[in-house]
Amino acid sequence: MSEEHYLELCENPVQFEHASSVNNVFFDEANKQVFAVRSGGATGVVVKGPDDKSSVAFRMDDKGEVKCIKFSIGNKILAVQRTLKSVDFINFIPDYPHTEFTQECKTKNASVLGFCWTNWNEIVFITDQGIEFYQVFPDKRSLKLLKSQSINVNWYQYCPETTVILLSTTVQGNVLQPFAFRNGTMCKMSKFEIELPVVPKPAKLSLSERDIAMATMEGACKKTHVLKLNTTGKFALNIVDNLVVVHHQSTQTSLIFDIKLKEPDSAVNMHQPVLPARSIHPYRIPLAGPAVVPSQPPVPCQLYSSSWSVFQPDIIISASEGYLWYLQVKLPPAVILLQDKGKLMDFLLRRRDCKMVILSVCSQSTSVCLLGLPVVATVFDKLNQVYKEYLEAEQTYTAVSLLNKRPVRTQAVIDQSDMYTHVLSSFTERKGVSHKFIIAVLMEYIRSLNQFQITVQHYLYELVIKTLVQHNLFYMLHQFLQYHVLSDSKPLACLLLSLESTYPPAHQLSLDMLKRLSTANDEIVEVLLSKQQVLGALRFIRSVGGHDNVSSRKFLDAARQTGDQMLFYTVFRSFQQRNQRLRGSPSFNPGEHCEEHVVHFKQLFGDQALMKPSTV
Amino acid sequence: MASGMQEKQYTPSLLNFFIYNPTFGPREGEEEKKILFYHPSDVEKNEKIRNVGLCEAIVQFTRTFCPTKPAKSLHTQKNRQFFFEPEDNFWIVMVVRNPMIEKPNKDGKPPTVEYQEEEILVSTERYSSTSLFNGTFGRAMEAGGVELLIQKLEKFFYRYLQTLHLQSCDLLDVFGGISFFPLDKMTYLKIQSFVNRVEESLSLIKYTAFLYNDQLIWSGLEQDDMRILYKYLTTSLFPRHSEPELAGRDSPLRPEVAGNLLHYGRFLTGPTNLKDPEAKFRFPKIFVSTEDGYEELHLIVYKAMSAAACFMISASVELTRDFCEQLDGLVGPQLTLLASDICEQFTVNRRISGPEKEPQFKFIYFNHMNLAEKSTIHMRKTASVCLTSVHPDLMKILGDINCDFARVDEDEEIIVKAMTDYWVVGKKSDQRELYVILNQKNANLIEVNEEVKRLCATQFNNIFFLD
Repeated sequence: MSEEHYLELCENPVQFEHASSVNNVFFDEANKQVFAVRSGGATGVVVKGPDDKSSVAFRMDDKGEVKCIKFSIGNKILAVQRTLKSVDFINFIPDYPHTEFTQECKTKNASVLGFCWTNWNEIVFITDQGIEFYQVFPDKRSLKLLKSQSINVNWYQYCPETTVILLSTTVQGNVLQPFAFRNGTMCKMSKFEIELPVVPKPAKLSLSERDIAMATMEGACKKTHVLKLNTTGKFALNIVDNLVVVHHQSTQTSLIFDIKLKEPDSAVNMHQPVLPARSIHPYRIPLAGPAVVPSQPPVPCQLYSSSWSVFQPDIIISASEGYLWYLQVKLPPAVILLQDKGKLMDFLLRRRDCKMVILSVCSQSTSVCLLGLPVVATVFDKLNQVYKEYLEAEQTYTAVSLLNKRPVRTQAVIDQSDMYTHVLSSFTERKGVSHKFIIAVLMEYIRSLNQFQITVQHYLYELVIKTLVQHNLFYMLHQFLQYHVLSDSKPLACLLLSLESTYPPAHQLSLDMLKRLSTANDEIVEVLLSKQQVLGALRFIRSVGGHDNVSSRKFLDAARQTGDQMLFYTVFRSFQQRNQRLRGSPSFNPGEHCEEHVVHFKQLFGDQALMKPSTV
Repeated sequence: MASGMQEKQYTPSLLNFFIYNPTFGPREGEEEKKILFYHPSDVEKNEKIRNVGLCEAIVQFTRTFCPTKPAKSLHTQKNRQFFFEPEDNFWIVMVVRNPMIEKPNKDGKPPTVEYQEEEILVSTERYSSTSLFNGTFGRAMEAGGVELLIQKLEKFFYRYLQTLHLQSCDLLDVFGGISFFPLDKMTYLKIQSFVNRVEESLSLIKYTAFLYNDQLIWSGLEQDDMRILYKYLTTSLFPRHSEPELAGRDSPLRPEVAGNLLHYGRFLTGPTNLKDPEAKFRFPKIFVSTEDGYEELHLIVYKAMSAAACFMISASVELTRDFCEQLDGLVGPQLTLLASDICEQFTVNRRISGPEKEPQFKFIYFNHMNLAEKSTIHMRKTASVCLTSVHPDLMKILGDINCDFARVDEDEEIIVKAMTDYWVVGKKSDQRELYVILNQKNANLIEVNEEVKRLCATQFNNIFFLD
């Protein structure tokens, strides 16, 4: 069961002093900072962020209960709301006056619901009657109103990534009005309505901020997506690794949705959970503090506790225990829980740290013959689809490098060398798997690569050849080569040559391949000479026009080795004729090192048999 | 005497064909026991014994000259005898009458008969086919003694000799090659994938062969076995089934089979109609070589349009209706799809390479390594007639050149000037042989040589073929 928990809390949570009567805890979603305010700030404010750099500790005067506290971007200015009418500011820029200054909201009789920093010096107040957009001048300790808009507001939500504020309006609260803020300008976006399952009568506020979560996800999703929860009760949302995580408090379980995963059998954009509901992996709180006793076991943490607050995208805070966790998705449980390997691949390929999990799925599905070739083929096709897309992006980048950003190679790009190293090479060595299946899998991978028009690397071919040779399947190999399924290359031709002693036709196959490469004429000559086919070598090099440049000594050596005197005579005379043609004299140059052959020729046939320099 | 004024030509014909084993009747008076098969069967007993005895004597006599290589054939003026010992002490002998021309004499004398000493082209493939369908002689002996062996031989050779058409034998019969279907890599890989998947889901299948248009694409069998199976399929099984297809009878489209999947698959061996409650699920059995002897297999030939898949299953398994239905349901739709894929690919390739015109060159190519053959001379080879586009005399020259090549190991080239402006060129490079027939008015040797070089450059540029 424990290997089925696909969600877990991170191991290194941000720790802070838990909430109590003297300590108030706030969380700023924009900067992901936790504020622990002791006694209204008089005994200290400790700010903890995702990393140490964003952590600050300071003291401020206790001027009443703090309702909201947030740093501007970059920890430049601190804003504190203590009353319903105004917000106080403190400079954190060195050399600027540190004395607090205050800004009251402009709208009469309005109460401030809260505020959001949209820049290091720009802030939006949200009141029950509208919004006010200010620029802060820390040096002058004053604010300037840039823009305001009056509208009835029930509650608001802020998305720091897009600097969009979403306001809930109307009596039922289900009409949402977004505003976007950028560089001192405010932009009203088109409002939208959330369908209510039951319209209450008389009208009352029916949609609360707990029902809405705003987050950015990879790729713009224009259409709305419907997540099928199949249950009722209190929900909370997180976004992790492009997955929508829905926590359900009453059942203490969570569901994940992949809104990019197409559901072929359901209506458009209706999403079923990817995996069955499971709870977050049990978590134990190490007893922290200086008084920690090593022998004391860590205390199990109560998951889905009512004191939990969930923030976007992936933050869970337990104020009562003083922890901020990041929620994480573990991929290996998905391998067990998702039976459909094709769907599993689709799911894994869109996750961040997927590579090793995917490779392990590959080696599993190839070694466990039970899954069958069609499944293996589907898995390969899905991998190569992503691989091909990356290769193409890379290609366009090299072609027009000025225009594009270099494509990012995500972990989902599994190339041939990954497959070779982690899956295929060990797979061919595996005992107890029939060689028929091994070859079928290798061919299936090669087929898939070809289908996506990806050039197959020669080490894959070598693996195929090695496997075929190991099982004496030479005729199969022959047929593959005959249909050029194993593409030509010099390494492959050399490998074939080495097989000649066990399978003589490999010689012909190798020569054919070298011929087709058309850059391997020297190799062909070497092969022929080593077979004592001196005349053949000579005829070949002549036919490709390389006769003038070959080493005469090499040919004479080979001719002499055959022991065939007439052959030696023929080759010798042929090179004499070449010399005559090239240099006007039949004799060999000293650099050609043919002296011993000249002596040998004279011994065999006499001086008079030597070709004489032709007289003009 | 108008007819008498004409020459009479006799094509080569089969005189005798017999199989004997000298150890079966070593004593006098028991000679008949040696004979396992004799064609024609209506020959008088004593003549049979005499002929067998003669062969035995010739073989014994020639053995004294070369104990390791016994005589293969004996040439006489009138006929030629071929001896073949496929297994110890089993001899297959074929006697062929030489072709001859009878020239009438004007003055009423008996006609002069001119026997033409020619190379008659016969291959030793006959034993191979025997073994494909019957296993070895020794194996049959073990199974049922001499009687069974004689029975089997009767059955096989009676049919086989009917398919032997000596007068239309030519170079291609000597090679006994395999014609491969030209195919692009991707379609080939698809076929691979298909074969692998079928073999995976129907694990009874031991070997698979795949053909299209009577040409081989994939063989899971070893080369030698495939060669014989190929011969059987293309000269016997496929022609027998192509005729009803051409006649439009017995339309194989059966939309009612396998749910809604429309497919054209059907069994060429075994049941003709799966729905028939009386259908028999018996398939021909073949023997193929294994590392340690022979194994007996059922041969299932299944065809959809022009694509044929041969599935071979151990003969020890009994094939049931269930299995056949499963195979039909699985293979039928996939094979139909593949067949149309291949057809499409084939037409695309043909369009790229230009419209098909009468090939400029008439040639026969054969590679001993993979048994690949290619001929632009043969229009279509059917069971009974072999249509060639050249004069039989030219074909005979090809046969002569082939015999010359067989005598030496070196690469060779032979150029022959034949009658009426024809040139015949034979080239041998390593394991490959190429025969070209050219017809150019007043061409000289150099021009012919150039022409052949051009052919090699266009047709054979992707192989290592020395010129």
